[in-house]
Amino acid sequence: MAKALYIDYQKCTGCRLCELVCAVKHDGISNPSRSRIKVMKWESEGLYVPMSCQQCQDAPCLNVCPVKAISRDEELDRVMVDYDVCIGCRSCVAVCPFGAMSFNIIDKQVFKCDLCDGDPQCVRFCDRKAVDYVSPDEVSIDKKRVAAGRLSKAGKEAAALMAEL
Amino acid sequence: MPLNRKIAYINLTTGDIQIKPIPIEIRKKFLGGRGLDAYLLYNNTEKGCDPYGPDNALMVSGGILTATCASATARTHVMAKSPLTGLLGSSNMGGFFAPEMAWAGFHHLVIKGKAKQPSFIYIHNGEIEIRDARDLWGLSVTEAQWAIRDKLGDQEVKSMVCGPAGENLVAWANNMTGIKNAGGRSGMGCVMGSKNLKAVACRGSMDIKIAHPVEALEFNKRFIEQITSAKVSQTQGTLGTPFIWGATNSWGGIRCRNFQYNQCEYADDIEPERIDEICEETMGPYHMAGCFGCQVHCRAQHKIPEGPYAGRYEEGPEYTSQGAFGGETDTPRALTVLVGNHLVDQYGMDNLETGSIISWAMELYEKGILTKKDTDGLDLSFGNDDAVIEMIDRICYRKGWLGDTLAKGGIQASKIIGKDSFKYLIQVKGMSNLHSDERATPGLALNIATGSRGSDHLRSRPAIDLYHLPQDVMRRIYSSPVPYDGPLSSEHTEYIGKPWQVFWHENCYMAVDCLGICKYHTTFLGATLPNFEDWPKVLYYNTGLEMTPRDIWDVAERCNNLERLFNIREGLKRDDPEKGDVLNPRYHTEPTRRGAPDVIGRVIEKDKFLEMRAEFYKHKGCDEYGIPKSETLKRLGIDNEPSHIL
Repeated sequence: MAKALYIDYQKCTGCRLCELVCAVKHDGISNPSRSRIKVMKWESEGLYVPMSCQQCQDAPCLNVCPVKAISRDEELDRVMVDYDVCIGCRSCVAVCPFGAMSFNIIDKQVFKCDLCDGDPQCVRFCDRKAVDYVSPDEVSIDKKRVAAGRLSKAGKEAAALMAEL
Repeated sequence: MPLNRKIAYINLTTGDIQIKPIPIEIRKKFLGGRGLDAYLLYNNTEKGCDPYGPDNALMVSGGILTATCASATARTHVMAKSPLTGLLGSSNMGGFFAPEMAWAGFHHLVIKGKAKQPSFIYIHNGEIEIRDARDLWGLSVTEAQWAIRDKLGDQEVKSMVCGPAGENLVAWANNMTGIKNAGGRSGMGCVMGSKNLKAVACRGSMDIKIAHPVEALEFNKRFIEQITSAKVSQTQGTLGTPFIWGATNSWGGIRCRNFQYNQCEYADDIEPERIDEICEETMGPYHMAGCFGCQVHCRAQHKIPEGPYAGRYEEGPEYTSQGAFGGETDTPRALTVLVGNHLVDQYGMDNLETGSIISWAMELYEKGILTKKDTDGLDLSFGNDDAVIEMIDRICYRKGWLGDTLAKGGIQASKIIGKDSFKYLIQVKGMSNLHSDERATPGLALNIATGSRGSDHLRSRPAIDLYHLPQDVMRRIYSSPVPYDGPLSSEHTEYIGKPWQVFWHENCYMAVDCLGICKYHTTFLGATLPNFEDWPKVLYYNTGLEMTPRDIWDVAERCNNLERLFNIREGLKRDDPEKGDVLNPRYHTEPTRRGAPDVIGRVIEKDKFLEMRAEFYKHKGCDEYGIPKSETLKRLGIDNEPSHIL
C-alpha cells in the first residue's frame, strides 16, 4: 500500500517552512502562494492547521473535470492533473472540499500536491513531523495508542478518586 | 537576476511615493536589513533632526536572505533616530512581517513626514496606498492587527503596528507584529506614533526568484540540521529563552532591586520549568511556536492561568520579561511576569526598558527621592506586584505626574525628578540596561558600554564567554574570517582578549542582521552554530551573490562604522555620562553581593575597563576618542558618506 500524507495539526508550530520548500521544490521560486500545502492560522488563539490534498479515493476534482484531465496514479496512490488536457476551467477548485486544489494567477494553472513523487519535501523539512508520510494503517494504530493512553490514565485517576472516598 | 528588489520612499506629509531598484553595488557594500538601513538613515536624515519630528526617517526592511529558501531569515529590521537616546534607533524582530513585505514587492521602506490624521500604509503586490486609520487609533497591538484584516477582508495580511504606547509617544514604544514579536529597545513604535502611522500592512503573492533552487533547498536542509543539532537550540525549542534566565539567575548574573543585588532569591515560581508547566497546562503538550521557516520554534504559547486577565492567549514570556517584571523589581511571581509581559505586548512597549525604569523608580522611592506624593499614593516598594502592573499602565497612558515623567525616558525623567536620581539610573547612552548584571563579566560589560544603540546585549555580547570554551575552540572561532593571534581567555571574569571578542561579535551580529538571520542561529548562543564560513553558500545559492567570509565581515565592519558615524554626528562623546561609551559608576564601585564564588564580590575595575575600551577602539579602527579614523573609512569605502545614491 502506498504511503499517505498524515497531518497532526497539534504538532504544528506554524512556521510555514513546508509552504516555502514546497514552492521552491516545484517551481524553483520562493512564494507561498505557489505552495501545495498551506498552514491556516488562528493567531489570536495560537492554532495552526496545515491543509493539503487528501488524495481522496472518490475524488470530487477527478469526478467533476469536464475533460478528464485528472486521474488516479495507483502506484503512489495520488490524484494527478494532466496539463496537456487541462483547460483551466477551475471546476476542480470549486468542488474540492478541502480547498486543496489551488489556482496560480501568475502561470494561470490549477495545482495540487503530487507527494513530490514519493519524497514529500514538507515532511522532509518538518522536524516536528506535524506533516508525516506514513502507511494509512499506521495512522489509526498511532491514534489508537494515544487514545488508549488517555483512557487508561483517566481510569487510574478515577480509581484513585474512588480510593480517597 | 534574483536580486531585482525594490525600495519605496513614502512621504506621509505629501502622500508622495517613489519606488527605486536597489543597485547591486549597494547590495555588495551593505547587503540589506540593518546594514542597508544604516546607510539609508545616514543619507536620509539631517544632523540634529528631531526624533519626534517629521524629518526623522523610519526605515523598515528585511534582510537580503529574507523570503528566500534559507531558514530562520524572517527578521524585520526597523531603524530611525531614537526618541529614547537621541542616537541610533534600531530594532530587529521575528515573525512573518518582512517575508510578506518581500512577497508584496518591497525589501526596504523609507518613511518620512507626518500624516495629517492617523493612517496606515497598505502594500499589496507592488502597490502602496496610504489609508485612513482613525478607527484603529487607540487599539491594542493585536486588536489593531485583526481589525486591519477585517477592514481589508483578508485574513492573511501581516501588519507591523504601534500600540497605545506608540500613540502616546512613550519614548521606548515598540513596533510590533503578531502576538509578541517586538522591535524593541529604542522607541521605533514611538517614531511611528509621532508620524501618525498606526501600521504598515502587507499582503503579497509576488515571486522571489531563487538563484540556484535545487542547491538552495539541499543546503537549507544541512543548514537546519546544523542549527537544530546544537543542544542549545533544542533547549530553546523546548523551554524557550526562559532557560537562559534560570541559568543566569542561579549563577548570579541577574539584576535585582534595580542594581542592589545580582540575583533574585526565592524565584522558583518563575523558573523555566514552572513557566513551561503553565504553558503545558494551558496549551497542551505541543506549545512551542516558530517564526517563518524556523525549526527551532522558541516561542512558548500560554494562556494567563488566573487573575483579571485569566484565559488571555499570549506568547513568551522571554527571559527578558522574567528579568524585567520578576527580577529587577523583586517580584518573582509567575502571574506578575505573565501579566506584565502581556500588557507590554498589548500596549507595544519594550519590556526591558519598562521593567528597568520601574525598578529605578522603586529604588528612588526606597531612597526617599520619590515619595507617596509623587506616586499619587502608590506604594512603590520593591516586591509590590500590584505596583509593577499599575506602573506599566500609568506609563503607557501617561497617567499622573510619575507615569508621564517616566514615559519620557530615563535621562529626561532624571532631569525632572532631580536630586540624586541620575546616579541610580542604570543606563548607557540613555537606554536602560537589560535585566542582566555584568559586574562579573568584563566582556559583557564592554559590550553594553559600547553597543551602538545603547545598553543592549544584541549588538555585540560575547555570550558564549560564559561557557568556558576550550582554548582551541575559542581560537577557531575568533581567528576567522580575519586572523587574530592576540590573547584569548576562556575565563569570563578576565579582561584580556575581551575587546577582540566584543569586536568579533559586533561584526558577527551586524552580518546576521544584514542577512536577515535570527541571532539564535549564530555564535550568539552556541559555538557550533552557523558562522561566517557557512553564510557565503546560503547567500550564493539563494541570491547568486558571490561573497567570501571575509567580504561579509567587511560589510559588517563597514555598517558598524556607519552606525558609529551616525552616533557621532548626533552627539556621541566617549566619556559623556549620557551619550558616551561608559558604564554607570556603580559598576565600578558597588561589589556584587550574591551568586556563585566566581561572581560574588566583583566590580568592573575602572582602569582595566578603560584599557579594554581603548583596545576595542583600536580593533575597530577608531582613534583614542572612539572616532573612526579616516583611513578606516577609506579602507571600508565609506569616506564619502553621505553619498546619496539611495
